[in-house]
Amino acid sequence: MTKWIEVVELDHIPVLGSRLIKTRTKSIAVFRSTDNQVFAINDACPHKKGPLSQGIMHGTTVTCPLHNWKLNLASGEVLAPDQGCANTYPVKIVEGKIYLQLDPESFKDAE
Amino acid sequence: MLKEHLVLIGNGMAGVRTLEELLKLEPERYHITVFGEEPYGNYNRIMLSPVLASEKTLEQIMLNDDAWYAEHGIILHKGKKVEQINRLHRQVIATDGTTATYDRLIIATGSTPFMLPLVGANKQGVIGFRDINDVNTMLAAAQHYKNAVVIGGGLLGLEAANGLLKQGMNVSVVHINDTLMERQLDKPAAQLLQQSLEARGLKFLMQANTAEILGNERVTGVRFKDGSEVLADLVVMAVGIKPNIALAQSCGLYCERGIVVNDTLQTITDPKIYAIGECVQHRGIAYGLVAPLFEQAKVAANHLAKHGIARYEGTVTSTKLKVTGIELFSAGDFIGNEQTEEIVFKDAGAGTYKKIVLQDNQIKGAVLYGDTVDGSWYFQLMKDGTDISAFRDTLLFGQAHLGDSGHNPDTRVATLPDTAEICGCNGVCKGDIVKAITEKKLFTLDEVRAHTKASASCGSCTGLVESLLAHTLGGEYSATPQTKPLCKCTDATHDDIRQGIIKYALNTMPMVREYFNWQTPDGCPSCRNALNYYLLCAFPNEYEDDPQSRFINERAHGNIQKDGTYSVVPRMFGGLCTAQQLRDIADIADKYQVPEIKITGGQRIDMFGIPKEQLPSMWRDLNEAGFVSGHAYGKALRTVKTCVGSTWCRFGTQDSTGLGVKLEELTWGSWMPHKFKIAVSGCPRNCAEATIKDFGVVCVDSGYELHVGGNGGIKVRVTDLLCKVDTEEQVKEYCGAFIQLYREDAHYLERTAPWIERVGLEKIKQSIVNDVPQRHALYQRFLISQQTAQIDPWQQIANGLRANEFTPIAISA
Repeated sequence: MTKWIEVVELDHIPVLGSRLIKTRTKSIAVFRSTDNQVFAINDACPHKKGPLSQGIMHGTTVTCPLHNWKLNLASGEVLAPDQGCANTYPVKIVEGKIYLQLDPESFKDAE
Repeated sequence: MLKEHLVLIGNGMAGVRTLEELLKLEPERYHITVFGEEPYGNYNRIMLSPVLASEKTLEQIMLNDDAWYAEHGIILHKGKKVEQINRLHRQVIATDGTTATYDRLIIATGSTPFMLPLVGANKQGVIGFRDINDVNTMLAAAQHYKNAVVIGGGLLGLEAANGLLKQGMNVSVVHINDTLMERQLDKPAAQLLQQSLEARGLKFLMQANTAEILGNERVTGVRFKDGSEVLADLVVMAVGIKPNIALAQSCGLYCERGIVVNDTLQTITDPKIYAIGECVQHRGIAYGLVAPLFEQAKVAANHLAKHGIARYEGTVTSTKLKVTGIELFSAGDFIGNEQTEEIVFKDAGAGTYKKIVLQDNQIKGAVLYGDTVDGSWYFQLMKDGTDISAFRDTLLFGQAHLGDSGHNPDTRVATLPDTAEICGCNGVCKGDIVKAITEKKLFTLDEVRAHTKASASCGSCTGLVESLLAHTLGGEYSATPQTKPLCKCTDATHDDIRQGIIKYALNTMPMVREYFNWQTPDGCPSCRNALNYYLLCAFPNEYEDDPQSRFINERAHGNIQKDGTYSVVPRMFGGLCTAQQLRDIADIADKYQVPEIKITGGQRIDMFGIPKEQLPSMWRDLNEAGFVSGHAYGKALRTVKTCVGSTWCRFGTQDSTGLGVKLEELTWGSWMPHKFKIAVSGCPRNCAEATIKDFGVVCVDSGYELHVGGNGGIKVRVTDLLCKVDTEEQVKEYCGAFIQLYREDAHYLERTAPWIERVGLEKIKQSIVNDVPQRHALYQRFLISQQTAQIDPWQQIANGLRANEFTPIAISA
């Protein structure tokens, strides 16, 4: 069971930049493209866990800050010739607010 | 926009390479149709010799299979020969009646072996050496027959002879001259080559004039003009190639030896028709090697994509022989004349011969036999016109001898075992690289970098990787061109862009990308960072810095570590500090529970393991104790390192610490093409190691020696002496002017050491030392740019600037 959770306003993400979302169990990087598409991806490069939120975004690609691996933000796939994949999350934008589809377990406070 | 029709005649390396380059630039512009006479996809024709020698299979040399054409929506007519081009109706017609209409047409019909018009040349068993069909004929002949004669002792002939020998035939090479490969080799090298081929079992008939091919239906022998004869069941003619121009001629395109084209590879008769590869004659030259053809392909594709900024200006070529176990390289004018000098090394016992022809301290040509590891290096020096006087003494011993590759001088790439590590950063061995080159069909340094990561990090093994490429590919390897585009998003070079920014007042990134026809809307990490710097440097007061076009270290004003935390280095001017400052740093380190503290190589204190969200408050505390950012993370002035100087040292001649502090106060905060390090030593004992810094001051009793362009990193380089000055004020002015010249002239990510080697020390001396008004102007521009640069970024962020960057969003129920 997943749920749409409001995380941030579109205006609070820099164009071609990202915000880091921390839930109880996950770190998720939320990126904004030049044409205001928004992508959510697990904040760990499949190579050596580099924080993708700190990378440079170009088009719909992010380059990992540690060793320059490139990932497609829509699919989470690593671009050739490197290989791998990072989790992505469904995103919707409603009235300038960004919602991610998350498992409630991942953001519930530890009780 | 309606798609135009592009038709390619000739499904070979030149034509298909053009399509590949075009698809990279404009995948959607054309409907593409290809006609190929041979019933195969595109294969690597240069690798036919290894196929003949059973070292490779046809499958291994295929470059584009049917799936590739399908994937790109290209219609491929295999096995169909085009017999007519109707220029009026813009239509091509194949022998089987297939037609295709074009808006643009590429003719890449290649060349055919020149067949000597001898009596009997039409007999069965007499062939050229050009395509898969010829190779199959030779392989079949080797099964049933014994004696082969190869006419022609050039590159292709010897490769064919070697292959037939390997197939078990008794092979004689007939050559009209007295030495082999006279177009590529001088006599001593040719003799060594002949000896070693004879040792393998090849027979040579030199200065032999073929008169007639003997036999009935099938060849049985060859007769020479002197009346002698030799038995032959197979005759391979390899006396040269001639461009295939019949089709072009038949439709009225102007041809001489080849189809005559201009610098954009359009035929001079009809601009809708391009011609490329071995069928072409450009500025009087018809090329028969692969490197020029790849350069032509790039230019033609650029023009077809209507980017229109590339021009083909000819290619300097080099040659290697693809006979396993024989190492041979030649390039340029290797014979020489009255104006040239030569350096020669010959060790007949070891089978090694090297000759380099020099004129005005530049390499004009080279022949290498037996040891060709440095071929590509000499070739690069030759193409670049590099002045070799500084290392002329050791030139013949090669690049490794210069310590240039950062590896043991004994490492010779050809003799290394497969397990030898080539790239120390990424742990890539020779075997991995060679395997990737052969299996994935890599041609360029960039491709090897992408697939293996070798040479993709610090770059110190680039020379070795290039040697491996040259060694593995043989003659088809084209060394990296001298003028490289800034990145893969554009064809424009760093210099084009820097000049364009100033000349056309392009003061935003979108304007630059628009002007230079960028192929990506946002650029890539390489060009965005470079453009951001170039614009900042050109318009220091107006340009608004783009944080998203900076590498994370500069965006977060700290060095990212492998676990995603950051390091914090406060500035300590000249490396000086007080007890109170040490106490403050200690207290702050305690407060933030810093896991590790170390002293840096530049005499600063480095605190590791700081989570990003704590950076702003830690900086605030450091600000309150009087510290500003140390810029240990930036392409910027890093530190000014000093020794004790005359205040305390019994040898000190000047106040090196005091001068160091003044220089750091002058220069901190300035963004540069790359990191920049300064040091001031109080005497020639040079305890501050000033002669391996970007700008080094060595104090002497009578004043200050200024040194530039040193580097203590990947490739250690000792500084060049710029000049000597008398006063501290002069040191500051020369230092500021030098930095500004570097800021305005160097390419982004180019340290001062390679920059000076590229532009030459003379240019720097001229601008800084000789031309006084220019020095003043540079220094003034530096001071102006410092007005907006010397604002502590830590303080700005601690006060709330770009708070979002440092604040994660916590989600909880």
